[in-house]
Amino acid sequence: MSTEIEFVLNGNQIRMKIEDHWTLMHLLREEMGLTGVKEGCGSGECGACTVLVAGLAVNSCLYLAAGVDGKEVLTIEGLAAADGTLHPLQQSFVENGGIQCGFCSPGMILSSKALLDENRNPSEGDIKHALAGNLCRCTGYAQIFESIRAVIDKDSEAGEVVAWKNGASGD
Amino acid sequence: MRTAETKQDFSVIGKRVAKVDAVDKATGRAQYIQDVKLPRMLYGKILYSKYPHARIVKIDTEKAKRLPGVQVVLTGEDIPPIRMGVYKDNPPLKSGKVRSYRDEVAAVAAVDPKTAKEAINLIEVTYEALPAVFDPEEAMQPDAPLVHEAHKTNILKMPWKLHYGDVDAAKAEAAFRVEERFTTTWVTHCCLGTSGAIADFDHANNLTVHTNTQIPSLAQKDFLETLKALGLKDKRARVIKPCVGGGFGSKLDTYAYEHIAILLAWNARRPVKVVFDREEEFIATSTRQPAIIDISMGCDKDGKLLYRDMSMVLDNGAYTSWGVTTPSVMMMPITSLYRVPNVRYKAKCVYTNNTYSQAMRGYGNPQATFAIESAMDMLAEAAGIDRIELRRINCNQPGDVTPQNLRITTCGLPECIDAVDEKLKAGGPKEKGVGVGMASLIHVGGGARIYKSDGCGTIIKMDDYGKADVFTGATDMGQGSDTILAQIVAEQLGIAVEDVHVIHSDTDICPWDVGAHASRTTFVAGNSALGAAKIIRDRLLQLGADALEANEDDLVLKDRSIFVKGSPDKSLPVAKLLRNAHFSPGGKMMMADFFYDPANENMGRDFRGNMSATYSFGTHGVRVRVDEETGKVEILDYVAAHDVGRAINPMLLDGQVHGGVMMGIGYALTEQVILDKGRNVNPDFRDYKILTAKDAIPLQPVVVETIDEDGPYGAKGIGEPGCVPTAPAIANAIYDAVGVRIHDLPITPERVLAAIRKKKGIDSCGIDPLTEKEQECL
Repeated sequence: MSTEIEFVLNGNQIRMKIEDHWTLMHLLREEMGLTGVKEGCGSGECGACTVLVAGLAVNSCLYLAAGVDGKEVLTIEGLAAADGTLHPLQQSFVENGGIQCGFCSPGMILSSKALLDENRNPSEGDIKHALAGNLCRCTGYAQIFESIRAVIDKDSEAGEVVAWKNGASGD
Repeated sequence: MRTAETKQDFSVIGKRVAKVDAVDKATGRAQYIQDVKLPRMLYGKILYSKYPHARIVKIDTEKAKRLPGVQVVLTGEDIPPIRMGVYKDNPPLKSGKVRSYRDEVAAVAAVDPKTAKEAINLIEVTYEALPAVFDPEEAMQPDAPLVHEAHKTNILKMPWKLHYGDVDAAKAEAAFRVEERFTTTWVTHCCLGTSGAIADFDHANNLTVHTNTQIPSLAQKDFLETLKALGLKDKRARVIKPCVGGGFGSKLDTYAYEHIAILLAWNARRPVKVVFDREEEFIATSTRQPAIIDISMGCDKDGKLLYRDMSMVLDNGAYTSWGVTTPSVMMMPITSLYRVPNVRYKAKCVYTNNTYSQAMRGYGNPQATFAIESAMDMLAEAAGIDRIELRRINCNQPGDVTPQNLRITTCGLPECIDAVDEKLKAGGPKEKGVGVGMASLIHVGGGARIYKSDGCGTIIKMDDYGKADVFTGATDMGQGSDTILAQIVAEQLGIAVEDVHVIHSDTDICPWDVGAHASRTTFVAGNSALGAAKIIRDRLLQLGADALEANEDDLVLKDRSIFVKGSPDKSLPVAKLLRNAHFSPGGKMMMADFFYDPANENMGRDFRGNMSATYSFGTHGVRVRVDEETGKVEILDYVAAHDVGRAINPMLLDGQVHGGVMMGIGYALTEQVILDKGRNVNPDFRDYKILTAKDAIPLQPVVVETIDEDGPYGAKGIGEPGCVPTAPAIANAIYDAVGVRIHDLPITPERVLAAIRKKKGIDSCGIDPLTEKEQECL
């Protein structure tokens, strides 16, 4: 069975026909070519496929594509600004060693964004809780925490949180 | 800690330089094997055995072949003889019989993954079950079922046996002795990016394999052998590496899936991709080698170690990959961690119907060190000597030559022990249920001469604009070697890290290397890049001397310019020098190549030999709280001190230590591939417990810089050491906390609780809620 859905993907309005059984990961990776959505397990255990739907971090491998109808979807490809300027979280992960093999990074960064959008000053426990569903085998998490903490600290210095809403680069 | 005196003049060495590939990885641009698609590509899928040991009576592939979209179906009967692994005992598709659940029985190539999976389910295999053996000690018995009949015994003919000095005499002389048995189990790498390969033939039957390997040059050799078996002699095999989603040793051999992709592609005359799903990654990639370890160790009345006597039984599984050679690395801590004059070691590797093992971060060292460092604490207690003091008494020192003839040059172990001691003492007075423990390590830090060569090549090509392309044999699998090489080249040439493009991805382009193993890349590939950069540097200085009419010795390359020392106005941009070199009559390409092979030695017949050009040392200390009601172990504090030679990039170095320690903590406390009569019963992240963000621990890395004269800018390897001494440090802390010694990994709450109850004289592990009877402790 196929259904027509409309949604906003990385700032762009999309209308398309999908199969009812498609997962959001299938839609994004296989149909839209957004390979920044990583498949680490396909069963909601590792978080590598995390994307934001209406601002919330979801495992796109468990989320039906039909569920995004009428919603905004953000993948890692849409996080940087249209001119290529990295989102502060991306920049911070780059600068603070939050990335090694990089396979978990898109999901890790998007889960972090969902957290900071909701809570401008999360505690250490809040951060750990928000990332509990994103596995990383390389970093031991320490430099991932540092990456997030650096964004929070920078924001508090500047007096406001630069928690960007959905990026505007085209997909 | 010699840090202050050496940071002086460097532009990028010793700096927290961001990884050169990090932006691509942060934006989703980076392409892993999962993301690579070729025109006309088919999808391959593998059918695995349903038995741990069985005769294959019949395979019916007719239904699968008739399924629309299926292009090729292969079984072991359809392929030429191809043998994988160090023992050449493993065909990529099995015929005759299967020896483990992960045995590949058939493979399919189809137009999409769904059709390939459907086709696999249509293949009918008739098996005749055979008696199987899963315990290596049982497998050594004369009446045990044979895993490989032609081998006539399950004990592999490996030469792992050494005896230096006179252990029996030393044993008789020892004032204090401990004799213990330790065991370790299967754990697996859990790379977030699963394994996979794409094979692609051109019209002249040359092969390209896209694969996330750690050994491009050696994989090329394996693939050429498969081509030869297909009757394709003198063809080319090109290996292209996409981004590697984690390695940790898992990709140090070629696997059945790579050869199956080649066989399917050859039969289909189309590119074929085989990528593992997570369950396959757990079941069909190789584990760390499980070990049964007997150790006897003794010292004199003053605590001086007199001897170490160890024997091991290693479960090889059904086939032979690098796991079988881990004793060659275990010999290093056994003979050389602390000064010990008399050493004996033997290891037996035994075929079973379990999964076969491979290389994994530390390569046998974590298993051996678990036994040695647990026994060190027990010996200290037996001798009535403080645990740290016992280690100080026997500490390795610069200039030592160990019984295995390892020549210790720089050695920061005394400083590492001091740093850990200080940190643990600062933790305050002892509380009930809280304890501290420590353990040290020695590891190869200057390459490891496993093969006849330990070399790595580099080519540097300068463009007209002051940028360098560095073609390296090294493999960046996330650890950051591209960045380290870029820093080294940038430092030599006075250019910026972003001016250096490191290319490691293609055997048609990149020079030769033996692979990313043995923590060797910074040292070996780093020295290779340094050698090539020095050639370019010398030529730039010559050109600069001519252009600036100055003496070469007075010139400085810095900030993308060359200038005369003391008169910075007398300068030229490097880009201009390069343009002149290329774009003038009689001009020459500004290129250099360099092959670096360290002055380390292959081990001799008696296993003596200085296998590494230098050695890395480290000490870990940990404070734990043990809940006596539940057996749960909580890590309160962790310090990891490492002698790294020089921290070329402190941020990436910390990343290796944090990542290594967390992997080590998983090894110590939570991780276990559970095999039930050979069947993996926990092939997913729900039931195989790698640590999550919530399990992160307060970890303080301490960097001890010893500036090794053979290392690039003084650096030693640090990729593996982080996970080596973790388990014994934790086991020792648990003993300190609650007085129970855990001999078996992982140290689960069940095991701790059972030990606590046993100590208290309670011989049950609680009441079974169903029967209301006392349960046996497992």
